[in-house]
Amino acid sequence: MEFILGHLNYWLFIVLMMIGFYIVVARGNYIKKIVGLNVFQASVFMFYISIGKVDGGTAPIFPTDMNIDPNVVYSNPLPHVLILTAIVVGIATTSLGLALIVRIREEFGTIEEDEILEIESKLQAEENSAEGPAMGGRA
Amino acid sequence: MANAVILPTLSMIDQLPLLTIAVPLIAGPLCVIFGNRHIAWGLAFLSSLLAFLFSGHMLLQVIDGDVLSYHLGGWAPPLGIEYRVDAANAFVLFLISGISTVVLPYARQSVAHEIKKVSHTLFYCCYLLCFTGLLGVVVTGDAFNVFVFLEISSLSTYVLIAMGAERDRRALTAAYDYLILGTIGATFFVIGIGFLYIATGTLNMADLAVRLADMGDNRTVQAGFAFIVVGMGLKAAIYPLHLWLPGAYTYAPSVVTVFLAATATKAAIYVLLRFMFSVFQPDFVFELHTLTWIIMPLAILAMFAASLIAAFQTDLKRLLAYSSVAQVGYMILGIGLATKTSLSATIIHLFNHGITKAVLFMVVGAFVMRVGSSFTKNLNGLGKQMPWTCTAFVIGGLSLIGVPGTAGFISKWLLIDASLKADLWWLAMLIVMSSLLAVVYVWKAVEVLYMQQPDEGSSAKEVPMSMLLPMWIMAIACVYFGLNTDLTLTSASVAANSLLGGGVQ
Repeated sequence: MEFILGHLNYWLFIVLMMIGFYIVVARGNYIKKIVGLNVFQASVFMFYISIGKVDGGTAPIFPTDMNIDPNVVYSNPLPHVLILTAIVVGIATTSLGLALIVRIREEFGTIEEDEILEIESKLQAEENSAEGPAMGGRA
Repeated sequence: MANAVILPTLSMIDQLPLLTIAVPLIAGPLCVIFGNRHIAWGLAFLSSLLAFLFSGHMLLQVIDGDVLSYHLGGWAPPLGIEYRVDAANAFVLFLISGISTVVLPYARQSVAHEIKKVSHTLFYCCYLLCFTGLLGVVVTGDAFNVFVFLEISSLSTYVLIAMGAERDRRALTAAYDYLILGTIGATFFVIGIGFLYIATGTLNMADLAVRLADMGDNRTVQAGFAFIVVGMGLKAAIYPLHLWLPGAYTYAPSVVTVFLAATATKAAIYVLLRFMFSVFQPDFVFELHTLTWIIMPLAILAMFAASLIAAFQTDLKRLLAYSSVAQVGYMILGIGLATKTSLSATIIHLFNHGITKAVLFMVVGAFVMRVGSSFTKNLNGLGKQMPWTCTAFVIGGLSLIGVPGTAGFISKWLLIDASLKADLWWLAMLIVMSSLLAVVYVWKAVEVLYMQQPDEGSSAKEVPMSMLLPMWIMAIACVYFGLNTDLTLTSASVAANSLLGGGVQ
């Protein structure tokens, strides 16, 4: 019990991460994949933020008069700052992914993975019609 | 940059590690601000040339085994971010910036042909950001900074690949696939860094190495190692994690393929090297097992499986992409052996394969420009119509196989030497055998180019000088570094030494 409760933040991180990862792998809809990716990344953000927390620690901001009380415990701000960068990266990735989806929808007329794969394998079969179907496949 | 004002005693030379990154990073947005495609190209070329000169200078400074340490913003490491240049990353910087400087003159015509005019400034901006990211990944000595630069290069790479959509709409899905896999890889890497931070409380690589030295049986550290290896393995396209690579290389614009094939996986391999041998100690039990039982078998699998798949391809671009996966196999084989000679082999193959693939993909780009296709069925008899281009392909192909007198021979020779020194004679046999597979797929292209009659009505002619010259610079480099190995061998062995930190053999 102690093992579970004492590491609660890690358990949440793992569960959330696995949910996100599962959505990315198992869902065929491109938008849902991006959502899964977001959940996956958000779990890592939470992981970083939770490891910066110190028991009884307060926000790592010095008082304005700079009279620093040595008895006050501060949380570790470094993981928080790191994850600020990662959040920005996450936003950029999401927006780029969505922009790509818009273009894919324009070109293919669908954003379902299986339908796109079907269109692509037809294109590939046409390209390789001279050499035979065994040639030029994916692997 | 601000540093130069605060500490005027520092000369420009001391700022080189930062300037190498800062110049292309600033030039990127400038391309968009000026909004003129000629100026954009000029800026790209100029900043790439400067980065090349800077990294050449740094390589000369560190080739004796010295280390340049640059403290970003004047904050001393391990708290501040440190750019740390030793022979290993100076050599990779030299490769990346060198390739970029040669590719850009080639890019001008090829981009004009493949991408519509309004996008040119944006193309060069993304190219420069990608370039910055790759250089940054290599130059930095801070683990989290690696992630930041990695994402800078990755995000711009996705855009660059998607720009191939004007030729083939499948570029979009290739870019999307890479976006998903690349983000998973990068996120795994961040999780790994997080575990290391929990265990040690530091992000500086040199400091990490010191603090991890006696934590070899710590579970957190082991988990961190696993996440980092898998995350970077995705970026480096280690065999079963290579699925993004063929599509991305096939449908990206030719210039992008040349640049990525020659540099992007190399930067990831460098990060793997740095983490496996500098940050973690190769004598950790878990790492030794990973190297022997996971990395080595995967490397051998890559050498054979990817080469075989390559032999069955009908599109020259896709063929060479699978060949890249196979060649990454040789590089990680050197990592798996984990001796000084094998690491030299990895580093030297990284360089030699970079220049070899640059030639080959440049030639394919020339075919795309003149024939409009890279399928072998459309390339009949081009050896007569485009003799210079096709000769460059033959030279690159020979180097890819590893024929004596070319750069590819040197790296395979070192790798065989390393496996014989480790008493693995069967491994040496396997290396030779997989090289024979390379003969198959290179011959496939050569046969089409030289043994077939040109298609009737085909009006293909030689590409312009601005594309031919970069191609031949790289082709001559393939031969030059096969005959004169002073620079590459010295750099590689000093680099292997500094990666191993003087420890291990």
